[in-house]
Amino acid sequence: MTVAQPDALNFDCETGNYHTFCPISCVAWLYQKIEDSFFLVIGTKTCGYFLQNAMGVMIFAEPRYAMAELEEGDISAQLNDYEELKRLCLQIKRDRNPSVIVWIGTCTTEIIKMDLEGLAPKLEAEIGIPIVVARANGLDYAFTQGEDTVLAAMAARCPSKVDNEAEKAERNAIQRLLSFGRKQEEVAQESSEYVDHPPLVLFGSLPDPVVTQLTLELKKQGIKVSGWLPAKRYTELPILEEGYYVCGVNPFLSRTATALMRRRKCKLIGAPFPIGPDGTRAWIEKICSVFGVEPQGLADREQQIWASLEDYLKLIRGKSIFFMGDNLLEVSLARFLIRCGMTCPEIGIPYMDKRYQGAELALLEQTCQEMGVPLPRIVEKPDNYNQIQRIYELQPDLVITGMAHANPLEARGINTKWSVEFTFAQIHGFTNARDILELVTRPLRRNLALKDLGWDKLVKEEARV
Amino acid sequence: MKLAYWMYAGPAHIGTLRIASSFKNVHAIMHAPLGDDYFNVMRSMLERERDFTPVTASIVDRNVLARGSQEKVVDNITRKDREEHPDLIVLTPTCTSSILQEDLQNFVDRAQIEVQGDVLLADVNHYRVNELQAADRTLAQIVQFYIEKARKKGELPQGKTETPSVNILGITTLGFHNQHDCRELRQLMADLGIEVNTVIPAGATVHELKTLPRAWFNLVPYREVGLMAAEYLKTEFAMPYVDITPMGVVETARCIRAIQKLLNAQGAAVDYENFIDTQTRFVSQAAWFSRSIDCQNLTGKRAVVFGDNTHAAAMTKVLAREMGIHVVLSGTYCKYDADWFREQVSEYCDEVLISDDNAAIGDAIARLEPAAIFGTQMERHVGKRLDIPCGVIAAPIHIQNFPVGYRPFLGYEGANQIVDLVYNSFTLGMEDHLLEIFGGHDTKEVITKSVSADSDLNWTREAQAELNKVPGFVRGKVKRNTEKFARDRNLSEITIEVLYAAKEAIGA
Repeated sequence: MTVAQPDALNFDCETGNYHTFCPISCVAWLYQKIEDSFFLVIGTKTCGYFLQNAMGVMIFAEPRYAMAELEEGDISAQLNDYEELKRLCLQIKRDRNPSVIVWIGTCTTEIIKMDLEGLAPKLEAEIGIPIVVARANGLDYAFTQGEDTVLAAMAARCPSKVDNEAEKAERNAIQRLLSFGRKQEEVAQESSEYVDHPPLVLFGSLPDPVVTQLTLELKKQGIKVSGWLPAKRYTELPILEEGYYVCGVNPFLSRTATALMRRRKCKLIGAPFPIGPDGTRAWIEKICSVFGVEPQGLADREQQIWASLEDYLKLIRGKSIFFMGDNLLEVSLARFLIRCGMTCPEIGIPYMDKRYQGAELALLEQTCQEMGVPLPRIVEKPDNYNQIQRIYELQPDLVITGMAHANPLEARGINTKWSVEFTFAQIHGFTNARDILELVTRPLRRNLALKDLGWDKLVKEEARV
Repeated sequence: MKLAYWMYAGPAHIGTLRIASSFKNVHAIMHAPLGDDYFNVMRSMLERERDFTPVTASIVDRNVLARGSQEKVVDNITRKDREEHPDLIVLTPTCTSSILQEDLQNFVDRAQIEVQGDVLLADVNHYRVNELQAADRTLAQIVQFYIEKARKKGELPQGKTETPSVNILGITTLGFHNQHDCRELRQLMADLGIEVNTVIPAGATVHELKTLPRAWFNLVPYREVGLMAAEYLKTEFAMPYVDITPMGVVETARCIRAIQKLLNAQGAAVDYENFIDTQTRFVSQAAWFSRSIDCQNLTGKRAVVFGDNTHAAAMTKVLAREMGIHVVLSGTYCKYDADWFREQVSEYCDEVLISDDNAAIGDAIARLEPAAIFGTQMERHVGKRLDIPCGVIAAPIHIQNFPVGYRPFLGYEGANQIVDLVYNSFTLGMEDHLLEIFGGHDTKEVITKSVSADSDLNWTREAQAELNKVPGFVRGKVKRNTEKFARDRNLSEITIEVLYAAKEAIGA
């Protein structure tokens, strides 16, 4: 076994010729998460075609998103942007009556310099529905960073205590009416279970079951989660005040973190992300340490989870994994998989925020040293063509890649896992560690089952890529 | 601006990429922002392609916005030339590059000096044409380029092939059942004793293009792609073409007769009448099906047809003329070619709908309540909502519309496939209807002793709510596993904590 190099992580930057999803794809999971929202993507046929194809069947369930498809008249400014948007937003208000309309700016609105941020407040006042503007375009961002731009814009809309007082009275009246006062008792009873600490708000969009799981994990340590950005409904966005603590659950939320710190004067807890049992433990420990809480039973809990993963760990121990890079989850996943006993020669990643991911990078380095494996090379803005040459050379046991390369690589006898699944699967917390390994081992298990057929290479000649 | 949820035809560059990636050893470079290369995903997924899709992007980012592409596009072209030695590189504009108005032709000219292969700029305007028009245009552009190149070099072959021969134009990647149709057409030509000179663009090299004029005529099976190239070859070389889609028994016969006429005009002296008769009456099952009791039961049943020009028009005729089905509405999303469609179907249906608005079609279907729909994947979903069966006959399509088994829509085997599609759609609807009348499959309650049936466990309100978030098809299993877990530990109440502890322990 090679001894780990003592030097720090090696960062490279290539040409940025890589395949990833356009960041507007974030509407697909955000409209489902924020139940009373409507996402309007202001762009061209190209954007619409992408959403319709990338989101597959989801599109048929009467989605709460649509394209404002720009026509030639919009591009050449023969039509008035404000009037056009007003017409469409009124139609949306009439048909769907959402609590918020999120405008997604695209490459086209950037190039023609459509002043969405300027138009939104005017129109908002006129039609009486909040309009949040997020510029999630392919000129600046990759895939999951789309969510980052939306949440950064939402951060500005979170109520503060003052403007919440009036609303609160009103809301409570309804709540009391519905629960006949029962809720009140429960809350009083529950609050005693928590340690006294400043309010903590978590940010990052996760499926509701995962929100519940992570909230409960912290509750076990006596830490109360005051709110989540985003919440289930736009009208339930958490209160943010100066001095509140915030912590991210996903590695691609650096703009949101910045907005929370600079605009809302919150304190960011820089922790590794709760992906894998090691990550989840480190995440909880870091939050506890900030609040001066001694974590209880975490080591045992982590151990239990590892023990329950043993059947999957057997399959991947000693195998190598190559991340081509497209969704920014790569560093956290690589760190978890190295802890599982894998080696990782290369982590491709669209964009690396060394400050926001600082704790995660430190944990990666530490993990490599403890496991005695070489530090991976981190390649920012990778070049897919070069990466494929490296994959041919290294012959990794598994390549995590986008769908554009998956089938061609499989046909050449290289195991692949489609990276986008990690974005949609439940991968956070102790409970879901198994789901990550379920995904990672699936190609290995499948190919193990087919191993004896002798059909691993299914292209005629060694194609040149 | 237009509020749109769904679109039938894709943006122009998709058409260009479909043509470029259909040829062998042709590479397309898109001038596009990050993320616009999902064409590769579609091709790799839908066609289950084993090779890397020969499409890369020359990325437009902030720097390009500020300073222009400068050397970037030229560098990307020369790099690709070096790496893969394609015969042709097609620089493909996207909606983004259309607005930037960079002089892409200039990049192409500069790159051409340095590279071994040829370089072309796809001549398509994003805001004027859609996927289908762009595909048609790009195919014609490439054909013209190589014909002129050969002519300039004096390499254009003279004269025709000795025996009658044909070029088949317009078979493309990501086209609806195109690969199967191509095989069926080749078979049909072989049966007719016609040599296939070339098939373009699918599987052809650009070097073959100069041999196009050697064929006696061109066959353009689809209305959408190939006509421009056929027209060009007609003007240049007086090559006649047949543009009758051989879909359905009657149209296939009409197509063959048109071919016969063309060949005889060039002195071939062929008579295909016997062939048509044998095929129609004895080889293909479609004509016999129309006569059978099964089809009799379909008489007067109401259907709605919607799709691209080729398939919607042909399907309307097959249903009305060959099966006696009442087509209440026939429609197309090829608005740019609406007159042709109207002329084709007017006498075979009650109503014609020309629209690319999914809601308009959905509303029409809801209003007309047909017994079956023949449309695209979108109409299939409308059908699902309204409980009306749907046979898919045109793009936009899903992976399930790229079957591995042999499923042509054209020619005599295609006619058989259409019979199955139509008959299955209608009987499916009929079966459902009968089940409803007789009250379902089996009304007797099934008595099973499942673990959860004798449950004495108490689920808290929150846990129950959490359980309800689990997708329906696994909820039962999760519930059983959780209760088993609780029972093993003598827990009488199931809280959220217990639910997730069970998940961690059992992995369920």
